Amino acid sequence: MSRFLEVEDLKVSFTTEDGVVQAVDGVSFGVDKGETIAIVGESGSGKSVTSASIMGLHNRRTTKITGSIRLGDDEIVGSSDSRLRELRGKRMAMIFQDPLSSLHPFFTIGKQLVEALQVHSDLNKSDARTKAVEMLDKVGIPNAAKRAGEYPHQLSGGMRQRVMIAMALMNDPDLIIADEPTTALDVTVQAQIIDLLKTLQREFGTAIVLITHDLGVVAETADTVAVMYGGRVVERGTVRDIFYRPQMPYTWGLLSSLPRLDDLRTARLDPIPGSPPSLINLPAGCVFRPRCQYHQFVDGDLCETTRPPLDEVAGGHSIRCHLSAHERERLGTERLNVMTVTSPLKEGA
Amino acid sequence: MSDPILRVTDLQKYFPITKGLLRRHVGDVKAVDGVSVEVSERETLGLVGESGCGKSTAGRAMLKLLEPTGGRIEFEGRDITGLSRRQMVPLRREMQMIFQDPYNSLNPRHTVGTIIGAPFDVQGVTPPGGVKSAVQDIMERVGLNPEHYNRYPNEFSGGQRQRVGIARAVVLRPKVIVADEPVSALDVSIQAQVVNLLEDIQDEFGLSYIVIAHDLSVVRHISDRVAVMYLGHLVESASADDLYLMPRHPYTTALLSAVPTPDPDVEKHRARILLTGDLPSPSNPPSGCVFRTRCFKAQDRCATEVPVLRELATGHTVACHFPMEAVSVAVPTPHTRSAAATDTDVSDSPHLPH
Repeated sequence: MSRFLEVEDLKVSFTTEDGVVQAVDGVSFGVDKGETIAIVGESGSGKSVTSASIMGLHNRRTTKITGSIRLGDDEIVGSSDSRLRELRGKRMAMIFQDPLSSLHPFFTIGKQLVEALQVHSDLNKSDARTKAVEMLDKVGIPNAAKRAGEYPHQLSGGMRQRVMIAMALMNDPDLIIADEPTTALDVTVQAQIIDLLKTLQREFGTAIVLITHDLGVVAETADTVAVMYGGRVVERGTVRDIFYRPQMPYTWGLLSSLPRLDDLRTARLDPIPGSPPSLINLPAGCVFRPRCQYHQFVDGDLCETTRPPLDEVAGGHSIRCHLSAHERERLGTERLNVMTVTSPLKEGA
Repeated sequence: MSDPILRVTDLQKYFPITKGLLRRHVGDVKAVDGVSVEVSERETLGLVGESGCGKSTAGRAMLKLLEPTGGRIEFEGRDITGLSRRQMVPLRREMQMIFQDPYNSLNPRHTVGTIIGAPFDVQGVTPPGGVKSAVQDIMERVGLNPEHYNRYPNEFSGGQRQRVGIARAVVLRPKVIVADEPVSALDVSIQAQVVNLLEDIQDEFGLSYIVIAHDLSVVRHISDRVAVMYLGHLVESASADDLYLMPRHPYTTALLSAVPTPDPDVEKHRARILLTGDLPSPSNPPSGCVFRTRCFKAQDRCATEVPVLRELATGHTVACHFPMEAVSVAVPTPHTRSAAATDTDVSDSPHLPH
């Protein structure tokens, strides 16, 4: 089983003044062409570090990366800078959260798109320009030929994000990494952008790695989901596994701390107590143990002493947790039932 | 319900656009243009809209942190619109604000004890038992360790800093709090903790909230009434249940349909109204109805005639010439619930007591 992008046992650490930060510790996942994997987690869970590693964006001197990231036949970990430059843009591209700081303010968007294209092909300037305008048109920018002559500040946030997407798609990459692509946008614009990404994915068969903290966006777009906590993947499965059959206490907590549109005010949110751990000083044993409400259901002091491995509990569904299958079933049902009984009005119907 | 604590009528806030050396007045950015809302004791009003719709400006103008251009603000029946800065000082005890960014709204050179106790200083009051014990008492109530009195904001996490902001706002026991995006800078699990805290202290102190937010799910969760703004105008206002189950303004309908639900099956089958285009500039708003340039129901009349707010059902006001039918929208339903539950006609159901 080798997928188009295969990340295996990725470990990333940074040396800082305060000590070694183990930002990512043993992350594995994969995604095929035409598929979307969502990486979900809170700030500091290592999701953005993971995506930057795939793009090979870390500073070699201060960052230690081990494990393997394979994109097709290419191994990214340990690749030379020149090889990475060939891969970036051409085979993989990234869409950042904040389009204003990712576009150069002094150049027109047309010029920036043309530049992205000419790095990887020998198209002459006017052909490249034509292709840039075509691409702007494709991502839904009205009056693309005129817009190509404008500067980033003349465009709205949604339009800028469309330009970023156009730029990412310029060289027809096989993999797009979208790091919180809609977080800076309003919901109506977010809906437009997600729609656009899905349409373009269908057209080009691109593999997408979507980094986000918004579980609504995940439910809408992802095929598979990896939930990250404290630098690790703590649960991984299909989108239905994660939303309907979550097996890991952290995922339960995430789902039940979310207010929903179809929720009535009577229900109280059920948050996860405490706050995420510092990556410099991770707890021994299970990294989620200090915030876990269920560790007393595990025999002995396993949660305090042993890091749980990523075990497969069903086909393609893996978790890191010491709870027995029986306990997970019981506790999960209990927690999820609390979640769904939120609307007395609808239940009475 | 009882008389409103805070009533705002036809609030306007224009920012002048000037040109040239003489700063000639050439136009206005109409950030808030005719917003009327009220909030009663122990009630929560949610103010929603996209960025640039004027919701934050409206919130600040309501507390007279910004001088309103026009309109009327009444606090406990008293007109406070014309009060000077100095005359407002005693009233500030009653009206407080919680800010969005827990990193920039706390002075990094002051200890949290000083920050939370500052309102006593400003008001020149000494609580019985002294400032320190009052501050430590409130710290405990908002879930901070009172022993951290002498620590600095940088020693706290984002969620804890927001608790400091909340403690500072409630330490004088105000009656009204305007919370501008109180949880949007926080992670999901922390956000839920702070939402619960806001609800708890509302019950404990009998507060009224005006919560300004763009996250419609959070607003749904904490609000009794919700007002929707678009380009400086109030387009719809109703009880939270009415607004979410039966939106009547096309903008509200589109806004609600754009929110993704954390439920893959619901997402697969959901109809979505995609709005085209972007928000027009508030310095040059469209004629007639401000939403008409993006509206899927717009007709000729919308370009010429400004729609006024009218009450379509009890407590449900809408500014639209062609409001949506009064049928409940298909509310996204978690797959664990039966399909039949989706079709509930809410108008026949008894309303939940708030």
